[in-house]
Amino acid sequence: MRALPVGDRALLVEVATDEEAQALHAELLRRRAEGSLRAREIVPAARTVLLDGLDEPARLAAWLAGARLPPVPPPSKDVVEIPVRYDGPDLADVARRWGVSPGEAARLHAAAGFRVAFCGFAPGFGYLTGLPGRYAVPRHATPRTAVPAGSVGLAGPYTGVYPRSSPGGWRLIGTTDAVLWDHTRVPAALLSPGTPVRFVPVGP
Amino acid sequence: MTDRALVVVRAGALTTVQDRGRPGHAHLGVPRSGALDGPAAALMNRLVGNPPDAALLETTLDGCDLRPRSAVTVAVGGAPCPVSVNGRPAAWGAPVHVPAGALLSVGAAVSGVRAYVAVSGGVTVEPVLGSRSTDLLSGLGPPPLAAGAVLPLGRPGGVHARVDAAPQPSPPAELVLRVTPGPRDDWFTATALRTFATHTYRVSPASNRIGLRTEGPALERAVEGELPSEGMVLGAVQVPPDGSPVIFLADHPTTGGYPVIAVVRPADLPAAAQAVPGTPVRFVLSGSRRTP
Repeated sequence: MRALPVGDRALLVEVATDEEAQALHAELLRRRAEGSLRAREIVPAARTVLLDGLDEPARLAAWLAGARLPPVPPPSKDVVEIPVRYDGPDLADVARRWGVSPGEAARLHAAAGFRVAFCGFAPGFGYLTGLPGRYAVPRHATPRTAVPAGSVGLAGPYTGVYPRSSPGGWRLIGTTDAVLWDHTRVPAALLSPGTPVRFVPVGP
Repeated sequence: MTDRALVVVRAGALTTVQDRGRPGHAHLGVPRSGALDGPAAALMNRLVGNPPDAALLETTLDGCDLRPRSAVTVAVGGAPCPVSVNGRPAAWGAPVHVPAGALLSVGAAVSGVRAYVAVSGGVTVEPVLGSRSTDLLSGLGPPPLAAGAVLPLGRPGGVHARVDAAPQPSPPAELVLRVTPGPRDDWFTATALRTFATHTYRVSPASNRIGLRTEGPALERAVEGELPSEGMVLGAVQVPPDGSPVIFLADHPTTGGYPVIAVVRPADLPAAAQAVPGTPVRFVLSGSRRTP
């Protein structure tokens, strides 16, 4: 674990794995909740956690240098179930890459337990981990100009759901009616970092 | 009954509602947004007796025309520009009384990019996550102004401005940005770091509220490949594959996969908001390269 200064008020803490990033994020949230850490933003990502709006980044960096991370705590939130029709235009392609039938690919995806590793790209867009590493798939070389809202896609080790229509290069395996983002709802985002998620197959 | 509202007669190239933005939601993928030239926005609010977080209008290069339905006090500042009420010249950078139904014209910027139009009572469109700012990256907040749109106004606080006019910095003829190296300066060659710190770049016309793009010598990478997405801060100087630095402004994405060579000091960002395309840009290193 190393902490890189980002300007004068932020730190980028870098770790080796997804799991460590999730453990670090959980620990930093815990410290902020108990009042021992003041940070305006705590932004987890693939191998890092960014802390912004810090009063004394150097002191926090010194503490982090000697810190030992506790393991990822069990999720503190209820599992969010996302109903999915496995009807995406790339389902057959993904199944071929996995060496299984499209039906089996859908079954494998729905059998995995996911967790939101981090959010980004658009409000409410979560990067979900949980598929075994051998099921990672590359993005499309040329992104689609418009991916419909509710599309469930795969890219690298991640599963994601498009909160709204946007360009996108993920391989689309299904569709959901779940509303990922609604700014009139509290909370606005269905998924936030650390949320446990399951995809529940529904009829075609 | 007074109808406190502002009718948009001419929207201009890009006029948005802005306040101090919605920081604190980056972990959900929500940009901070907010007025790009924060000090100018705060000063205009003060001149009309608004609290500093009241929402106002941010214009881009060619101003806008507005018709308040009730008498209001306005202040126009930031980028210097002609101001008129019903065709009569009015003060820039000072409180101006606009009678009900009169036409307030905010003309094209004489220099700089963004003028701020504060109206007594503030613009009171529905807030989203605690802010009325238009976020052009994610589409949160009200849409950019369009002719015919009607913006609700709040009640004036009854606070009288203690100043009639206030000095404002001129838009930069040369943009000098003090930067702290990192967090990914080690992804660039020593030559690239020297080039970054010594050559003069220019503001690209492709700049917007998301980022100030620059044109100039490309910065060569020492490390190839992709950086896993990581959190981004306001003022981050990201270097995309074309090698030209992009300075992240208020509507910047919350995460990104291109390396950040340095971070601009927050105090230098308001000037970046007022730098017209073609303005020379220099990056001046300040701060230590690495602390353990």
